[in-house]
Amino acid sequence: MVEFRYRTDEVTEQPSVTLDAFLDQSNATAVRLEPDDDARALIPFLDRLTLIEVAFPKFRDGRGYSAARILREAGYQGELRAQGDVLVDQIAYMRRCGFDSFAPEASLNPDAVARALAHYDHAYQGAADSVVPIWKLRHG
Amino acid sequence: MKLLTGNDLVSGAVTWWTGNGWSLHVEDAADVGEHGEAILHAEEGARRVNAPYIIDALPTGDGPRPAHIKDRIRALGPTVRTDLTLKPADPAAGDWII
Amino acid sequence: MYKYDNYDQAMVDARVAEFRDQITRRIAGDMTEDQFKPLRLMNGLYLQLHAYMLRVAIPYGTLDSRQMRMLAHIARKYDRDYGHFTTRQNIQYNWIKLEDCADILEELATVEMHAIQTSGNCIRNISSDQYAGAAADEVTDPRPWAELLRQWSTFHPEFSYLPRKFKIAVIASSEDRAAMRLHDIGLELIRQDGELGARVFVGGGMGRTPMIAPEINPFVKADDLLSYLEACLRVYNRYGRRDNIYKARIKILIHEIGADAYRRQVAEEFAHVKTLGIDPPLAELERISAFFAPPAYDAANVEPDRNDPDFALWLDQNVKPHKQAGYAIVNISLKPIGGIPGDATSAQIDVMADLAEKYSFDELRVTHAQNIVLPYVAKRDLYTVWQGLRDAELADANLDLISDIIACPGLDYCSLANARSIPVAQKIATRFADMDRQRDLGELKLKISGCINACGHHHAGHIGILGVDKKGVENYQLTFGGSGAEDVSIGKIIGPGFDEDGVVDAVEKATEVYKALREGDERFVDTYRRVGLEPFKEAIYG
Repeated sequence: MVEFRYRTDEVTEQPSVTLDAFLDQSNATAVRLEPDDDARALIPFLDRLTLIEVAFPKFRDGRGYSAARILREAGYQGELRAQGDVLVDQIAYMRRCGFDSFAPEASLNPDAVARALAHYDHAYQGAADSVVPIWKLRHG
Repeated sequence: MKLLTGNDLVSGAVTWWTGNGWSLHVEDAADVGEHGEAILHAEEGARRVNAPYIIDALPTGDGPRPAHIKDRIRALGPTVRTDLTLKPADPAAGDWII
Repeated sequence: MYKYDNYDQAMVDARVAEFRDQITRRIAGDMTEDQFKPLRLMNGLYLQLHAYMLRVAIPYGTLDSRQMRMLAHIARKYDRDYGHFTTRQNIQYNWIKLEDCADILEELATVEMHAIQTSGNCIRNISSDQYAGAAADEVTDPRPWAELLRQWSTFHPEFSYLPRKFKIAVIASSEDRAAMRLHDIGLELIRQDGELGARVFVGGGMGRTPMIAPEINPFVKADDLLSYLEACLRVYNRYGRRDNIYKARIKILIHEIGADAYRRQVAEEFAHVKTLGIDPPLAELERISAFFAPPAYDAANVEPDRNDPDFALWLDQNVKPHKQAGYAIVNISLKPIGGIPGDATSAQIDVMADLAEKYSFDELRVTHAQNIVLPYVAKRDLYTVWQGLRDAELADANLDLISDIIACPGLDYCSLANARSIPVAQKIATRFADMDRQRDLGELKLKISGCINACGHHHAGHIGILGVDKKGVENYQLTFGGSGAEDVSIGKIIGPGFDEDGVVDAVEKATEVYKALREGDERFVDTYRRVGLEPFKEAIYG
């Protein structure tokens, strides 16, 4: 269940297919990446996709953060969803890596999520979000 | 015998299941026998203990003695700072660990 | 040294508020321990053998008197009146309560300190040369680069759930005083055609499978460095093993795919990352570097009076030459004979703060050998400094001698340990208490780890001791021939293990063999490398 979504467009209705299935069939618009899938395999097809779902079977497995940034860096503008063992305290970093929707296995407290996202006004490093890194604020 | 031990969530202190509560002192620890896992889950779920686990111990005249030296150090305190242990005034405390 | 601007201060303040919120939710039961653990680790908070342990960051080992006094204050107010300086230039408190942790971090934040990322599967404290800014042999002060990396790695959203911990060291001399080659990433700053850049080594480490980091790139320019490191980390985050925590460090990845394959993957990723514009302009490195300008040296070049023989011995052993005439580098030993290596009482910490403020341009360093450095002491002040140290029992003249032991906390403090390390250190130091005997043995780096995780760096010891659990009984393996300096090498196990007294006897026998066979001014490790293990083995095992 998508619980938090930071996009204004319509939610995609199509179920996501696996990466292998997607690469076999060309008309799916939603793909699901497992932690050991190579996100770059989707780069030739990004403009056809409205949803890429990145699985987090265990929250400690951080490969999805790299997958997300890689997709955003390649110009993907569709919905990028973190699904699975997604907890309140990872959402802020996930947002910075380009995720804009979240389907946690266990329901999250919306107040806790809102607080978690509001702690930091700044960031030290550039990532996939639009936050201007501190070094840039210092030097213009 | 089997002892149930863990840490107090808030203070971090090493604690021992006494049979109806938690004590800082291993002398008060009860033999949980076959029931350790059930008690462990109940107490952890209620947050009356953090990071609990079950250890082996031998009963002695002075109370249970954990089978492994690590748990004995845990029960008493660092051997190199006896002033920081639970029995700073007891010169024999170190022997109990070794 | 670096001073926070409003942005830096806002970041640590926000972190305190965030962690306070997380602690509240943990105590209320909104999070399980399993969910809370990575969060508390990323704030330096362990659940250890006796209590919670807090590891406070001392970025690249540099701090001032105000910060040092805060560390003393934390020890008094929240702990048991002492702290332990670590092999990564940090400080640890062993008796912390969870309910105090947010308040501790809040107090630390008032003096620009924190415990950010001192544990967890993220990028840890960037370590550096404890003589930075004072050593004549450095190409440049490595610490501005370390500060740049500190900021880049802090709250990095992509690299906070790595396969395992990640440790980076930066040095700027060919003499390696920071065990740089034994880090996940080691950087040696060099000049090439007049331009400053870094030699990049990736894949070193100790622990279960010690490895010396191979060179991955001979020269990365300053304004490419962050992109290059981003690429190094991304390849690791994507491809490091996650199936087995003992095979999850980057050294295993590089060992398994080979340095060439890793280098190629990094080059490809770097070519891409470079297009993202994440490298700060050189102006940012210059801004940071301005904080590390040399102090206002004003002392004439006066040699200290050597009349006091104890002072003279300390001068010869613990005081090192400085790049600036009239000045010296003072090493403060936290290894008193029979004491606990790396520990200091709050009173001693305050004494060191006072001495630094008065006599070292208000700066101290923590070394990876668990000692303290006053980096800018005028020679005319050395006697006064020594007297102050002596009165606080901080004047042991044993730098780099056999009693200058690196020891992890071991089974006395650490739930990961298999054996106690501190009593072994105490017994060895006591056996060799005679300082003439120690000086005769000369440089002998002895390092003790209480378990295979090697936090005592035993692999890098001229003599290394590894504590193991032999059927529930503490047992100790001896290694010879390791080094964390530029002559980097991994020690080799010499034979079957010993009990506590046995390993002390074995070490003594080894030193006797060394004295019998040494030539010229060979150190113990030089003689061992020349003659090999056999003579030592024979003497020890008979």
